[in-house]
Amino acid sequence: MILSTGQLILTGLMAFAAGAIGSFLFRGRGSVSHLWATIAASLGSLALLAAAIDTLLSYETFTAILPVPSNLMSFSVRLDDLGAIFLAIISLVSLLASIYGYSYLNRHTPSAGKANVGIFLNVFLASMPLVILANDAIAFLISWEIMSLASYFLVVSDHREEGNVRAGFIYFVMTHIATAALLVMFMLLFRETGSFDFDAYRSFGPLISEGTAIAVVLLALVGFGTKAGIIPFHIWLPGAHPAAPSHISALMSGVMIKTGIYMLIRVCFEFFPTLPSWFGLLVLAIGSVSAVLGVLYALAEHDLKRLLAFHSIENIGIILIGLGTALVFHAAGNDGLALLGLGAALFHTINHAIFKSLLFLSAGSVVAATHSRNIESYGGLIRTMPVTATFFLVGSIAISGIIPFNGFASEWLTFQSLFGGMVVLDVTERIAVAIAAASLALTAGLAAACFVKAFGITFLARPRSDAARNAKECGYGMRIPMVVLGLLALVLGVFGGPAALVFIAIAASLPIFATTGLSIDLAGAGNLSVLGGFGTIDAFAIAGALALALLVTAAIFALGGKERRRIAPTWACGALPLSPRMEITATAFSRAIITIFGGVLKPTKQTTLEYHDERMRYFPKYHAVDMHLDDLFMRFIYGPIARGVLACARIVAKTQSGNTHLYLLYVVAMLAILLAWAMH
Amino acid sequence: MGDALISMTNTTLLLQVVLIPALAPLFVGVIRKMKAIMQNRHGASIVQPYRELRKLFTKEEIVSEDSSFIFLIAPFIVFAVTLVLGAMVPLFGLPAPLAGHGDLLTFISLVALAAFFLALSGLDAGGAFGGMGSSREMTIASMTEAGVLFSFLPVAFLAASADLSLMAERTGEFTGSGLVALLIALGGFFIALLAENARYPFDNPSTHLELTMVHEAMILEYSGRRLALMEWAAANKLFLFAIVGVQLFIPWMPAWAATAPLIALVAGLKIGLLAFAIAFVESTIAKLRYFRLPDLLLSSFMLGVIALILAAF
Repeated sequence: MILSTGQLILTGLMAFAAGAIGSFLFRGRGSVSHLWATIAASLGSLALLAAAIDTLLSYETFTAILPVPSNLMSFSVRLDDLGAIFLAIISLVSLLASIYGYSYLNRHTPSAGKANVGIFLNVFLASMPLVILANDAIAFLISWEIMSLASYFLVVSDHREEGNVRAGFIYFVMTHIATAALLVMFMLLFRETGSFDFDAYRSFGPLISEGTAIAVVLLALVGFGTKAGIIPFHIWLPGAHPAAPSHISALMSGVMIKTGIYMLIRVCFEFFPTLPSWFGLLVLAIGSVSAVLGVLYALAEHDLKRLLAFHSIENIGIILIGLGTALVFHAAGNDGLALLGLGAALFHTINHAIFKSLLFLSAGSVVAATHSRNIESYGGLIRTMPVTATFFLVGSIAISGIIPFNGFASEWLTFQSLFGGMVVLDVTERIAVAIAAASLALTAGLAAACFVKAFGITFLARPRSDAARNAKECGYGMRIPMVVLGLLALVLGVFGGPAALVFIAIAASLPIFATTGLSIDLAGAGNLSVLGGFGTIDAFAIAGALALALLVTAAIFALGGKERRRIAPTWACGALPLSPRMEITATAFSRAIITIFGGVLKPTKQTTLEYHDERMRYFPKYHAVDMHLDDLFMRFIYGPIARGVLACARIVAKTQSGNTHLYLLYVVAMLAILLAWAMH
Repeated sequence: MGDALISMTNTTLLLQVVLIPALAPLFVGVIRKMKAIMQNRHGASIVQPYRELRKLFTKEEIVSEDSSFIFLIAPFIVFAVTLVLGAMVPLFGLPAPLAGHGDLLTFISLVALAAFFLALSGLDAGGAFGGMGSSREMTIASMTEAGVLFSFLPVAFLAASADLSLMAERTGEFTGSGLVALLIALGGFFIALLAENARYPFDNPSTHLELTMVHEAMILEYSGRRLALMEWAAANKLFLFAIVGVQLFIPWMPAWAATAPLIALVAGLKIGLLAFAIAFVESTIAKLRYFRLPDLLLSSFMLGVIALILAAF
């Protein structure tokens, strides 16, 4: 390396700063500003990616104090292997999203304009690495807040749509509830250790009394969990992610929510290495619920980007299942298996970042071409947009956990840690991991159903609108990022064994696992064996066998001689030609599953029927069916809270009459109380 | 191991990969014949499925003008998956060719890969039937996965391995509660087998035009050689599930079956028994209402859980 890690980080951050300032200065000329912002963002991401790779390869922890022009605070920075893997995926997705964003915004400019997106994009891209790098509470909170605010402005950058502003508002409120929880958490930590330095928490964390420790980790679960999008703190996510421009959605869903996971790992495995088992079980339960409910809500969705956002909740759930098992194993003293769980969580974090960004980018290509997010208005896009369709398909297979793509590799590893738990843990915990395994299996099945729906209804059959009929394929600027992500999804899947080993090694670099031996073998080319040979996987061999089998199938097919093929209309029972309205819709496709899970989803159906003749009800004039899911979280949790807050505000408002005399009375009364208290 | 034995093993293994697709249509023919006899019909010859495949292979193909390359490649993927699965399942008491390279999760995931493309191909032509078929298929498949996994798991824990070949090798040594767990898990697996292979009471394999059809609705637009691949793949899948069911859950092997041909004979008899079970179910019970199916799938899962409690707790 020509530049040291520190220089690379500084270069990257300065590039982002230059990008933000430059696009602000050129804001009058949108295209110049946009180009400047893109170049700066790409270069900055590239520098930080180099810094992350440098750290990963050197096995060294990088520490420094960032030069902040202030005597009041320091900005201490630390980059270990765990941070580096997060930094690597953040800067990789940042790089690809920035490149993609250049062409995307030229096709689909938000109402706030390209310049504003450029400014906040650079601020946002700088804030995520800072969150990862920050090594003291003040630096962390500042970066965290910048990240939240920059992403908020990106969410509302397209404020032509009213829904986007509301989505932004909910995001704003929820993210600040999270920050409030984190503030309390760090104040508790400061009270106990007298320091804002993360290093102090690392050394004194184990000495903190159990009650405080529990309070801190629960606050961390609320604060970081809200950012990660766990149920029941997820309500901002399905609104905010789709509202942002698609490359920002990819960043938010792919990597921003992972900063929550990153900090949870820091808190639960570094600051407080001796957490009780029930906390692990709580994380496991939240993970299972988030996974299953996330995918069920996704099935009911027919806004393409909202559907993907709900899948982020599902995948965060899968990550938490890995994390939760790791916590349970660690509490049970079985660190070998804890490593397996944590490695699985890390692996799935990276995999989700890859396939979710891929899906959001290809969905963005569809949205840019059709100017609609409603799946029902697509159809047949595979003919006009074959590249986008192919990469959406790759992402769909990967996210459904189907071999040979990367989603399978990490879900396999997560399953292994659960299987391990079914053998070695106590009965209660064993039941918990068995339930988690069942939820994971159900989640994987439902995810496949959801992506058959998402891909099939979007890209297959006949177009259901003029926009879909006349859609144009995206340019190379948008294709290249998709190609890179698609290839990564395949490579991490086919070489899932060695990749899993890398993630387990990163998990093992945490101090609490310093003395733990790896319970995992790599025999031959990519044949991964865990739990003492209980589970073996060689995705490379399976993928090879699949390729060979395809060749054999083609050979069998060719045996029949020359192909005779006739193109004809789809069979319509001999009736009139099929119209696009006779195709199955997204709503119809998932209706059965929603009915089956009606107990949890509470679907509502409203039928409006008007007849030509009200007395003779044979010939309907108008028939409309309106199907919805009740938003139970809004209705039973957030609705009452919001109403309570408003009611309190109304009571308090009575004291504010605007009358100067009344305020003077308040001042005098307050003075009297204070005096009385002081004399007492 | 001597070189001769290794080469013999390799031949056997190669034979296995060829044998499964070669015998699968026969298995379907046997089930149909059994059903016919139970229903007091003559029924077609047991080689009728081969004749159908040969006929389809030489026929002209009609492809919908609305379909895309997904429609064209799906039969290849669906069929290729069954070939790979054929190399994964234990057939001759020897480790399968892909033993050690994939476990029960790989098996489930490969099945899901085929289902994924099958469902997409059903949507591709834009017909009203295909879409409904895909929707039903994915609804059933999404809930069957847990059933298959949890009927495999007790066996895996008892055998201390998730590798299908090792599981098959070790089930023979189970005793006591292990055998009970095995039998209960077999119940769960059998229900999953019926669901995965579009048999009664989930789907009717012998009807071609019925509003309730699932598998047939998805492949309705196929014709000619691609239909042949789809039909053949479906036969392969059923045969594969039957083999797994027999090898994993019915480990009984008499002492006199010591040589390979005798082992093959006993295995064949056991598979025949499973074929009888399928034919019996299809001749005696009615197809269930679609929204009753989740209950049945839940019972498949619960049987697996009970077996798991017996096996691992």
